[in-house]
Amino acid sequence: MSLSSPASAPRYEVADRPTLGFADIVLRWETILVLLLIGVVVVNSSISPYFLDFYNLSDATFNFSEKAILALAMAFLIIIGEIDLSIAAIIAVASLAMGLAAQAGAPTSALIVIGLGVGALCGTLNGALVTVFSVPSIVVTIGTMSLFRGIAQVALGDQALTKYPASFQAIGQGYISARLPIPISFVLFLILAALFGVVLHRTTLGRRLYAIGCNPTAALFSGVSVNRIRFWLFVLMGLMAGLAAVLLTGRIGSTRPNIALGFELEVITMVVLGGVAITGGVGGIVGVTLAVFVLGLTTFGLSLVNTPGIVISILNGALLIVSIAAPNLVARVLRRKT
Amino acid sequence: MKSVKFLRNRDSALALIVLGLIIAIGLRAPVFVTPESLVGVLTDTSFLFMLALAQMVVILTRGIDLSVAANLALVGMVCALVSRAHPELPIPAVIALGIALGALLGAVNGALVAYIGIPPIVMTLGTMSIYRGSTFLIAHGAWLTSKDMTPAFLAFPKLSVLGVPVLIVIAVLVSLGFWALLGYTRLGRGLYAVGGNPVAARYCGIELSSQQFFVHTLAGAVSGLCGYLWVSRYGIAYTEIAQGYELTIIAACVIGGVSIAGGVGSVPGALLGALFLGVVVNALPVIDVSPFWQTLISGAVILAAVVINARSEKRGGKLILHKARLLAGGGART
Repeated sequence: MSLSSPASAPRYEVADRPTLGFADIVLRWETILVLLLIGVVVVNSSISPYFLDFYNLSDATFNFSEKAILALAMAFLIIIGEIDLSIAAIIAVASLAMGLAAQAGAPTSALIVIGLGVGALCGTLNGALVTVFSVPSIVVTIGTMSLFRGIAQVALGDQALTKYPASFQAIGQGYISARLPIPISFVLFLILAALFGVVLHRTTLGRRLYAIGCNPTAALFSGVSVNRIRFWLFVLMGLMAGLAAVLLTGRIGSTRPNIALGFELEVITMVVLGGVAITGGVGGIVGVTLAVFVLGLTTFGLSLVNTPGIVISILNGALLIVSIAAPNLVARVLRRKT
Repeated sequence: MKSVKFLRNRDSALALIVLGLIIAIGLRAPVFVTPESLVGVLTDTSFLFMLALAQMVVILTRGIDLSVAANLALVGMVCALVSRAHPELPIPAVIALGIALGALLGAVNGALVAYIGIPPIVMTLGTMSIYRGSTFLIAHGAWLTSKDMTPAFLAFPKLSVLGVPVLIVIAVLVSLGFWALLGYTRLGRGLYAVGGNPVAARYCGIELSSQQFFVHTLAGAVSGLCGYLWVSRYGIAYTEIAQGYELTIIAACVIGGVSIAGGVGSVPGALLGALFLGVVVNALPVIDVSPFWQTLISGAVILAAVVINARSEKRGGKLILHKARLLAGGGART
């Protein structure tokens, strides 16, 4: 009977969000990343006078914008507890399709459609395999990774496709305007980051992603169509890989069978460093964006002082481990004290 | 009845598929099924046999080790450098060094996974970069070729015991070791228990963390052993050795029926999965197919294996969920 009592008495009591204490703010992942970012900027600008230069910094974004775009969609996937290891191979297939089309004389607009379309198609295959057969996505995408990369290798052999129209290359190499030399790819990333952030943090769909990541069965029983969302996120991941393929192919002006090799692990590093738990259900776009800058600027700063790429990858690996280990250790120490 | 049961057994079915594959290739190119050629296939695949078993025990505990190939490269490089600096060092000492260093690198993974709680995939993703990068650093990016290695260093993998190549002998010994560990020790049975149901295992007194530490250390030790063998067999050590091999290893496990969700997998299964990939890789040039097809074929095989496994692993318990899903389907469309 009490359920039908006056409208002023709510059916459920939802507690107010607890106020954030100083310690909560300091220990927040995003705060740690901001401090890390400041540290990176300070260290880099002290070791090289060319670091804090608008034109240099602007050009540096070329090197990580494609991966950053992938990281946004990957963050969605990891939040729902899935993963996609085939993204670099999807880039290879999409780039292959664009290369073949360009050789046949397709115009730039057609190339973009083909790149995005092939990417989405590959993502559809991943999504279908994961949802129809209910197989862990890590296994499915290890398989499709070999499959897609294999298609590129069989089609290209040891050749490369290099005939791309200038207007197509301009997408990956160009700036938004001559007066404001910011790469198109970087602006695309910023727009997409805002879009992904709004969807994740301000819509029911976004909240459902967290629900799926925390407990897919509970989410299913709460009326979330878990498999449909899973499926479409894989398609979205494929689409973003197609977009990255457009930018990357245009930027380097060629398609080789080993294009984007190893991107998947760099992208996952960005996402995990951004505070997204690999087990799902935790993380946000702000953190991922900050992690993109931390990793991107570290790489840029070190390459300014001629550090070999492989040494930079050691630091990135160490950064990943330390950034996950440190909070765990702190939490452990705090728990012991209480 | 007995034959039906035999066929239902995954491992036997996979064995028949591999056998059928070998026969099919033999019909097309008889040279492939000569004893020498088959021994060559086994020798080439011996690394994959050992590494697939090592990966399997990690996967059994619901983990994964992406750093094994980088571990292999780093240990291989260290062995080559040490042997160049101290040519008088006997080969058993070099092998022991390789195993010990590999185990140490694996123990780093194990310690942080087990005692600090970093997810295995994240931890080994990080050490993969670190170990690979360290390979570059310790050699200053140089390539060590057979000229930098002593004759004894290079001769070991070409030895044979009673006419059997030593690599196969080692792979057999390692396989027997894993078979004994998983089937006949408390530790090995515990790995299945932990992977099958960590909570239940804990109530039975089986601690997940010590198991995680053990399996990563073991995987590291096997990678270290393979590091020396790899470098001495191919007579070259450089930064990119076995790059991307970790995924081939995981693929062998998946084809062999090891469940990535943990708790399921057998020594014969993992070996057959590795053999399948080994046969495919070695057969392509023999039947005049471009080696560029290799990646595509293994991808298709993994997907086929995954789909077949998914069908056979469907359990009765899922029926309730299925019905609920049908019911929930109507309500979810908002």
